[in-house]
Amino acid sequence: MNREDLLQGLKGRDPRAIARAISLVEDGDPLADAILGSLDESRIEQALVLGMTGPPGAGKSTLTDQIIAGYRARSQRIGVIAIDPSSAISGGAFLGDRIRMMRHALDSDVIVRSMATRGRLGGLCAAAGAAVRILASSGCSPVIIETVGVGQSEMDIIRLADVTTLVLAPGLGDDIQAMKAGLLEVADILVVNKADCVGAETLAMDMEAVARESRDKGGSTEVCMTVASEGRGIAELMQTVEALEKQYRQGGEHARRRQHAYDLEVLDWALELLRPELLEKIAKSGSNRTGDPRLKAAGILRQI
Amino acid sequence: MAGRSRKYRVLIGKPGLDGHDRGAKILARALRDAGFEAVYTGIRRTADEIAAAAVQEDVSAVGLSSLSGAHLRLFPAVVEALKQRGAGDIPVLGGGVIPDEDLAALKQAGIVEVYTPGTPLAQVVEAFENACDRHQKGRSGK
Ligand SMILES: Nc1nc2c(ncn2[C@@H]2O[C@H](COP(=O)(O)OP(=O)(O)OP(=O)(O)O)[C@@H](O)[C@H]2O)c(=O)[nH]1
Ligand SMILES: [Mg+2]
Repeated sequence: MNREDLLQGLKGRDPRAIARAISLVEDGDPLADAILGSLDESRIEQALVLGMTGPPGAGKSTLTDQIIAGYRARSQRIGVIAIDPSSAISGGAFLGDRIRMMRHALDSDVIVRSMATRGRLGGLCAAAGAAVRILASSGCSPVIIETVGVGQSEMDIIRLADVTTLVLAPGLGDDIQAMKAGLLEVADILVVNKADCVGAETLAMDMEAVARESRDKGGSTEVCMTVASEGRGIAELMQTVEALEKQYRQGGEHARRRQHAYDLEVLDWALELLRPELLEKIAKSGSNRTGDPRLKAAGILRQI
Repeated sequence: MAGRSRKYRVLIGKPGLDGHDRGAKILARALRDAGFEAVYTGIRRTADEIAAAAVQEDVSAVGLSSLSGAHLRLFPAVVEALKQRGAGDIPVLGGGVIPDEDLAALKQAGIVEVYTPGTPLAQVVEAFENACDRHQKGRSGK
């Protein structure tokens, strides 16, 4: 696919062009500028970006599958970016979120894209943000970002979302305790999934307490209960998402989050684009590996 | 692997009705451990579902696994479905319980590599590596 075919295909919503575009941007191909420069900014502004995070196995993908079905019933075109960690040892990844969404595989208005974190120091926000923009520009709304809520990079990605749901389930124990601090703060909706399982009521009560505490501080955290595997509670969850989106758009929170995400992405891209030049400069000064590394870095930055 | 500038993305599909995906998962994990990004579709997929997913995931190769004995129908169907979706350039590899006498027919139908339970995993991984290399070269040549 050459440059013209690719850009033309993107405009025409050709599935292959969309998929190629995401890879090229993710791989830092020179075509990335032309691709990202061709996107429909007003569609991107209008699209809802929905974050789905939570511990492994909580039911994020199953819930995403149900939400897809919900929006498809209203004929909305929908995109999913499912992010899984890369292996720290091999750099490879097993990307299995799609398994739960395969009933939509032949629906040309459902685009599911798996993405690995690639152990990036930075750049994940940039790559995921670009994928969101490409999907939104192709008419997808919402664009759902699924990510396991464990590390800092995941916390950063979730800041790309307009509305964030934290999916929890009973029986995951310590995982939930561990993530309380950070993720509970960024979550707009606490979803207690697997409401059919023992311990769901207790978990829901705990989450209600967290939500009350947040509301006392002026937040707007909501709690929803779902049985994703049976499609229960999905309509209520979607209503909650949409009510929050509306409230955020009207109250200025939406704009504030988008601006914050924008700055984050620009920073991430700047570091990404700077990396090759820095590596080159470091390599050039290679013969002289003396002195403090930080002072060396400052010296190199002064040359740029 | 380290010398390669881009990550290879592959899709592992399980067409047909048999519900045992141990082999498919072992393959996907072996590929992960060799540095590939391996997307897995789960069991009981149609050829067209696998092709559609391969397009969306922009993979450089598709690996199939079949234990049901229906590989002579299922594997070529995936090759055909990819062509239908304008993705005939994506190479298809296949494995599972496959008798020697079927190998020629599968190759004839466009399956670039066939592996059987006796094939060492390292050899299968290498076949994927080679298929992806060729696919990548074909792309940059265009
Ligand atoms: N009982 C019950 N099981 C569920 C429910 N929702 C999902 N599951 C099951 O929980 C398991 C994990 O579901 P996934 O949707 O893959 O969870 P996930 O959060 O996406 O998992 P990762 O992507 O691996 O982090 C699957 O076996 C689902 O069938 C539910 O509401 N009730
Ligand atoms: Mg998942």
